[in-house]
Amino acid sequence: MSAPDHSKKSPLKMYFGVWFTLLVFTFITYKAAFIELGRFNAAVALGIATFKATLVTLFFMHVYHASEKLTKLVVIAAIFFLMLLLGLTMSDYATRLWT
Amino acid sequence: MLDNASATIAVHDHHGEAHAAHNPALLHHFAEPEQQRNAASLGMWVFLATELMFFGGLFCAYLIYRRWYFGDFGAASKSIDAFLGGTNTAVLICSSLTVVIAVWAAQTARKGLLVAMLGITMLLGLVFLGIKAVEYKNKFEEHHVPGASFSFENVPIPGHPGQFANPRHAQMFFSLYFVMTGLHALHMIVGLGIFAWLFIMAVKGRFTPEWHTPVEIGGLYWHFVDIVWIYLFPLLYLIDRHP
Repeated sequence: MSAPDHSKKSPLKMYFGVWFTLLVFTFITYKAAFIELGRFNAAVALGIATFKATLVTLFFMHVYHASEKLTKLVVIAAIFFLMLLLGLTMSDYATRLWT
Repeated sequence: MLDNASATIAVHDHHGEAHAAHNPALLHHFAEPEQQRNAASLGMWVFLATELMFFGGLFCAYLIYRRWYFGDFGAASKSIDAFLGGTNTAVLICSSLTVVIAVWAAQTARKGLLVAMLGITMLLGLVFLGIKAVEYKNKFEEHHVPGASFSFENVPIPGHPGQFANPRHAQMFFSLYFVMTGLHALHMIVGLGIFAWLFIMAVKGRFTPEWHTPVEIGGLYWHFVDIVWIYLFPLLYLIDRHP
């Protein structure tokens, strides 16, 4: 959404850099899944997924360079409500069986 | 009265000129192209926010059942081909790169590059769906599709020698697997439709540096579908892989 900013300097180098990083971390997450890390397997897998999703959102979806603050607000609000959904539900299920 | 009327006409004329000279795609209810672009992009983001909640409900269901049927989910997940899933992740990441290059090509008036990138994106989307079809075919042959012919007997639970997965619990995993990947595949098919239209528009030369909003917001949609897959891959394919 910030066409004028991009036209000055070619962003292709950055795009390829992000693409390469995403591929490397896909490989890492694939390999890490076959190593015994105990409960950290899930943490590593989800951590890498979140890192990749953040890269895609910020650089491929142009949120980082967005001139419109409302876009950032919508992104943050969407993630906030998703966290509310997952956080409240899981805290309920995680504490339900206490006796 | 007369003065007023002629003044109005003069303003309209000036407006018309500005249109002809600058941007025929600028709609009348927007002050400037930048505002129009931002409005379209914001609308797409709000739609993606609803999509996030849509998939979020399924992710939530997944997390609840993964907690309840921890070992059974591990055993069921192990039966899926993680290499195919990983390949599909790489395919989608590559398609995200071609999409972002397509947007850049539209911004910088590189028509040939735009058409090529849109075409490659569609090809990669088809490769993704093809690999997905192979995966589904394997699941059908193994009787891992929930329903009357579902069978998941004597499959050991990872990390618990001598224990076997409960087929009913494994069926829950496969239900979530098919609904989540199926819904994602449906989004890919919709994305292919959008990109086919973008491709035709690009071939006709409809996109200019001033107006290429469809490429931009179509790209946003494609990236979002990529992000959903980035989470589906570890959650469905990579849990309890280690020996």
